[in-house]
Amino acid sequence: MSVMNDIDMAAPRREAWRPGKVFWGVLSFATGIGLWWLATVLGFSELPDPFTVLGRIVELALSGQLWVDMGASLRRVLIGFILGSALAVPVGFLMGWYKVARAIIDPWIQFFRVIPPLAIIPLAIVTLGIDEKPKIFVIFLAAFLSSVVSTYQGVVSVDRTYINAARVLGAKDRTIFLRVVIPASTPFILVGFRIGLGSAWATVVAAELIAAQSGLGFRMQQAQLYYDLPTIFVSLIAIGILGLIMDRIVVRAEERLTHWQERI
Amino acid sequence: MTGDPHKISFRNVSKVFGEGANAFTALKNLNLDIADGEIVTVVGPSGCGKSTAMNIVAGLTEVSAGECLVDGHPVSGPGPDRGVIFQQYALFPWLTVRENVAFGLMLQGMDKQERNARADHYLELVGLGDFGDAYPKTLSGGMKQRCAIARAYAVNPSVLLMDEPFGALDALTRVRLQDQLLDTWSKDRRTVMFITHDVDEAVYIAHRVIVLAARPGRLQQIIDVDLPFPRTEDIRLSPEFTAIRNQVWRAVYHRDETAAA
Ligand SMILES: Nc1ncnc2c1ncn2[C@@H]1O[C@H](COP(=O)(O)OP(=O)(O)OP(=O)(O)O)[C@@H](O)[C@H]1O
Ligand SMILES: [Mg+2]
Repeated sequence: MSVMNDIDMAAPRREAWRPGKVFWGVLSFATGIGLWWLATVLGFSELPDPFTVLGRIVELALSGQLWVDMGASLRRVLIGFILGSALAVPVGFLMGWYKVARAIIDPWIQFFRVIPPLAIIPLAIVTLGIDEKPKIFVIFLAAFLSSVVSTYQGVVSVDRTYINAARVLGAKDRTIFLRVVIPASTPFILVGFRIGLGSAWATVVAAELIAAQSGLGFRMQQAQLYYDLPTIFVSLIAIGILGLIMDRIVVRAEERLTHWQERI
Repeated sequence: MTGDPHKISFRNVSKVFGEGANAFTALKNLNLDIADGEIVTVVGPSGCGKSTAMNIVAGLTEVSAGECLVDGHPVSGPGPDRGVIFQQYALFPWLTVRENVAFGLMLQGMDKQERNARADHYLELVGLGDFGDAYPKTLSGGMKQRCAIARAYAVNPSVLLMDEPFGALDALTRVRLQDQLLDTWSKDRRTVMFITHDVDEAVYIAHRVIVLAARPGRLQQIIDVDLPFPRTEDIRLSPEFTAIRNQVWRAVYHRDETAAA
């Protein structure tokens, strides 16, 4: 930053100001909301206008309802995601490292991967009851399945030359695993986390639409019953923003942990 | 050292990859002795088994028949007594340059301060003293290879195995690294087995050039390089050098000359 300032001061008026990424992003966003407002004012659409939605946001935020809903959804996602990833990483390593483990576990994972997590809900409700357990379980499953596949892809695609380079320096299996396989597959694992978190978030909202007494999905479902469009909008916006924030956090962590990677 | 005067010996070594109909003989009945402190270069057409032979010494590949001895003992797996420098550098990208060089020392249980000091010493030696904290992605090809050389030197191996180490580098960098290798060798006299595609390089750094033939991979010819050390630019440009170079060239590329004519 300071370097940039120095350059600016050293060479004032060298070239005209050029709008950057942020400028275009903000402009695009503002235009979108403008069009939305226009459409509602001109009566093209049944949708609530932006100011009504803003008013509802303030209302729900002040009453605390919004925070309670967000908290309930986030809590489920985080518990399910953390449990799912925590199991996915060791299982993925096991599958990548031992061929037998891969042969035993892989068919199951391939099978469950093609079942949408939501399709598990009826089964989960019948067997686990109607409280938090079935929802957390399907999120756990969604996060686990995405992370386990990428972890094991990461392990099997570790470059042979790294392993050989470690072996000729005297490394044995244990060290190779800890010092080569784990760091070399970290980028894959983090990509898996990102996908896993995304699918966990998608799953929680859908699960709440089907079976919940709290959360953003539940709120939307309630609003639907009462034709309460502004509240549906508020929930959608909250879902989008929270999803975006979680994704950014994982991307940041990714950049931090894999800064050594050559990027094109 | 035992009674065997050779540092590395191939005794009737054969290597077959695959089985049955897919079996492929990469090396057939290779016999070769390399003396302690000798520099041999290995040349030959692609696929003639150069890397296979080196990986056998390194302990990364097992022989199918015969045996490979290092210091008179059959090779059983890799070990830090044989340093390997790969063509693709194979630096760990998640470690800094210093941590890469210190990797082998860490495996030996040396404490951090000591191994960092050792690593810095070897980095200094290859001219990377200022780059200890850098990550490999920020280095040029030549710098990466020098870092890989420092990493191999750091564990003080008695044999250096180099598989086309300078193959990916530009001509100037390559000549510099050849001189640097010879310079280091003149001080420590390590045994060096060096694979290359470059005939000039093969002659310039070697006591002997081993020429392999392909299909199946086998020994074609051994050419003594009767040129004095230290090797200099004058030697490189001398008629004697050119004569040996031509001899190696013919052995590699024109062995069928008489048959074809
Ligand atoms: N793991 C393997 N499995 C099957 N075949 C192999 C394997 N490794 C090498 N080969 C075969 O053995 C032969 C010799 O390979 P090698 O890598 O030793 O050749 P090279 O002389 O080093 O060639 P280049 O100059 O291209 O590096 C090749 O034909 C190769 O296809
Ligand atoms: Mg090769």
